[in-house]
Amino acid sequence: MDGFARSFLLTEIVKGFALTLKYMFFMPRVTINYPYEKGPLSPRFRGEHALRRYPNGEERCIACKLCEAICPAQAITIEAEPREDGSRRTSRYDIDMTKCIYCGLCEEACPVDAIVEGPNFEFATETREELFYNKEKLLANGDRWEAQIAANLLADAPYR
Amino acid sequence: MPKLTINGMDIEVERGTSILQAAEQLGIEVPRFCYHDRLSVPANCRMCLVEVEGGPPKPVASCAMACGEGMVVKTDSPMVQKARKGVMEMLLINHPLDCPICDQGGECDLQDQAVAYGFDRSRFHENKRAVPDKELGPLIKTIMTRCINCTRCVRFAEEVAGTPVIGQMNRGEDAEIGTFIDELVKTELSGNLIDVCPVGALTSKPYAFKARSWELRKTDTIDVHDAVGSNIRVDVRGREVMRILPRLHEDVNEEWISDRTRFAYDGLNKGRLDRPYIRDENSGKLKEASWDEAFAFIAGKLKGVKGDQIGALAGDLCDVESMVALKDLMSALGSPHMDCRTDGALFDVSQRAGYLFNSTISGIEAADAIVLIGTNPRLEASMVNARIRKVWLEKRIKIGVIGEVVDLTYPYTHLGKGPQDIESLMKAKDGFAKILKEAKNPLIIVGQGALIREDGLAVQHAVRELAEHFGGTYNVLHTAASRVGALDIGFVPGEGGRDFHSILEGTKDGTLKALYLLGADEFDARGEIGWKTFTIYQGHHGDHGAARADVILPGAAYTEKDGLYVNTEGRVQQAKRASFPPGEAREDWKILRALSETLGKTLPYDTDVQIRERICREWPHLGAIDQVVSAEPAKFGKKGKLSKEPFRSPVTHYYLTNPICRASDTMRACTRDFGVEDNHIAEAAE
Repeated sequence: MDGFARSFLLTEIVKGFALTLKYMFFMPRVTINYPYEKGPLSPRFRGEHALRRYPNGEERCIACKLCEAICPAQAITIEAEPREDGSRRTSRYDIDMTKCIYCGLCEEACPVDAIVEGPNFEFATETREELFYNKEKLLANGDRWEAQIAANLLADAPYR
Repeated sequence: MPKLTINGMDIEVERGTSILQAAEQLGIEVPRFCYHDRLSVPANCRMCLVEVEGGPPKPVASCAMACGEGMVVKTDSPMVQKARKGVMEMLLINHPLDCPICDQGGECDLQDQAVAYGFDRSRFHENKRAVPDKELGPLIKTIMTRCINCTRCVRFAEEVAGTPVIGQMNRGEDAEIGTFIDELVKTELSGNLIDVCPVGALTSKPYAFKARSWELRKTDTIDVHDAVGSNIRVDVRGREVMRILPRLHEDVNEEWISDRTRFAYDGLNKGRLDRPYIRDENSGKLKEASWDEAFAFIAGKLKGVKGDQIGALAGDLCDVESMVALKDLMSALGSPHMDCRTDGALFDVSQRAGYLFNSTISGIEAADAIVLIGTNPRLEASMVNARIRKVWLEKRIKIGVIGEVVDLTYPYTHLGKGPQDIESLMKAKDGFAKILKEAKNPLIIVGQGALIREDGLAVQHAVRELAEHFGGTYNVLHTAASRVGALDIGFVPGEGGRDFHSILEGTKDGTLKALYLLGADEFDARGEIGWKTFTIYQGHHGDHGAARADVILPGAAYTEKDGLYVNTEGRVQQAKRASFPPGEAREDWKILRALSETLGKTLPYDTDVQIRERICREWPHLGAIDQVVSAEPAKFGKKGKLSKEPFRSPVTHYYLTNPICRASDTMRACTRDFGVEDNHIAEAAE
């Protein structure tokens, strides 16, 4: 009888609409208007890779090849040679972003904080070729995201 | 024979054995930096400390302490652990933390042992020591701040290389390794300094920053830059040879190799022939061709040429397989005109004993007197020279030289310059002849300098007589890796065949219509081969031979093929392929097999196994890998007139002896910086 009355009077639908209306007008919003708004990211977020520089403009990477060695997806390829001033630098630093599994081991292996996974996750491309990053692209990423990368590393430093 | 106990295990060792060596016999590893099997013992790193019960109340350096009767040694007691940790902390005080940019990283003794005995932070807060780098030449890079003063390099240069140019200067904190006066390390063994250095203070300059040890594919193979057949390990990344390291072989090269062996590898990537070429008849220029075109061109040119109008020459770097294939092809074509002695050496090849280093390289250690005739082993076979120096160092044996006066790194008696002095030595009653007479096992070593002459046969005869007269062993020191293998398979003029000189004459007077050069680059092909002769060159570098050739067939270098090589003592060794030949180049015997089919004389083998079977069937001793098959004593040589001309070593430019070296930038830099050896420093002569 009770059940018959409830179904006859559509109380569940009314309840449902009431909840919807409550969230529509009276509760704080849970969705965001992506891409104009973005959700919060952890300082440890592992996004697009970047090669950093020292404040004086010198590239950090010293071609120790530890990231290449540790990369489980074998996405990193490095070639090195002495630069004109005799210092050890890469002549080639490629990351195949289609192979990368974003595990962050390269970042952890790096003794000079050169290769990092930055906060950028919006780097979808139209072709696969655009995802084969070279040294130039990675350094450009570093220049572009340096402020935020530095802030993230600083925020995470106490836990490392 | 003292008996002692190490870590509870009993062992009996020879008198004079150090505790460290005894522990090693038991399989117990004792960490060490300054101790090296083949060098003297300075005991200055203190890493090998062990505890001797009942001995002094402190740890002792096991490398320098001889085993005593009834000793009880512990290598892992708390006292030892504490002592080693202390030593390690002290070594790391001044060692920079630059492993990521250090080429030794990944294969560094200090790195490995720091993992075992190191502390995870430094307690040293004062200023660290910094040491200026030294300039040692185009082969060795120095970062002296990394040096832990183990003095292995100093001892190597002094004891093994015999060029005491490196030393330790100053004391305490200021102690540093360097050359006393600024000079380059000018020795053909300098590359070994890199190997003996336990840290990254001395590293390879050509290899600097190129690769990491863990990304290299390692292949154990054989060297071809001289006739010693040093055992090497070729490290490859991708197709490119990144570096070459020695491999332990007690009877050949111990654990050293010469600089040419170690550093000439960059020549493998330069000046390579990577596709067939045909010389255009109108323009006289080489133009690219396919294999089929090249073979068809050869077949067309050889049509109507009689078998005995074709000659063949095999160069210094050929493997046995390719020479067998060429010999079989020449026999099928009906030509007896072939020779492997492209340096023009003349000697009796009918007896194996006549062209081998009969006493073997390790047999040098049993010698008590040595006569070197027309050879400069330091340049021709550095490992043999190092072995002679080792014997001299141990036993101060007497060494005599007939030939040029050069610095051989050990003192010797100069007995004369030319063939006449062989005869006068034989007739002499006193002086060096007396030493030889009294010696139990004198060695007579004759080099190519005494045989590359018109009176080569007579010199060979005279040397054999000399060896027989004094009851010594007759030895030939070759300079070409392919030579003994070629002589073993009879790559010499057949019945009525022409030898090297006569083949070249034949090309000039037009009797030889075609000439096959298998890697023959050691003579001036453009000047020596008649212009009418159709010349086929098969090899890996665009060098003398290719410059003259009408057809070029690109072959494989020694790191790119499996092949047999026989060294100067008759040891058969197998080289392994480390990488692939570039472009369309192929393994040499396969090229000859394919060509034989085009010429309608198909050779009866298709696979590596079949050609090996073919070789072993006719020459069973070539199947005994890494064995020295000694030759029966025999009579050889031909008595003849000896000319008065003095002997000259064929190796004048040590760093530029073959096409690979000549293509190498490193070798050219060495020639530039070290210069041509000033052969005429007479510091010897007792």
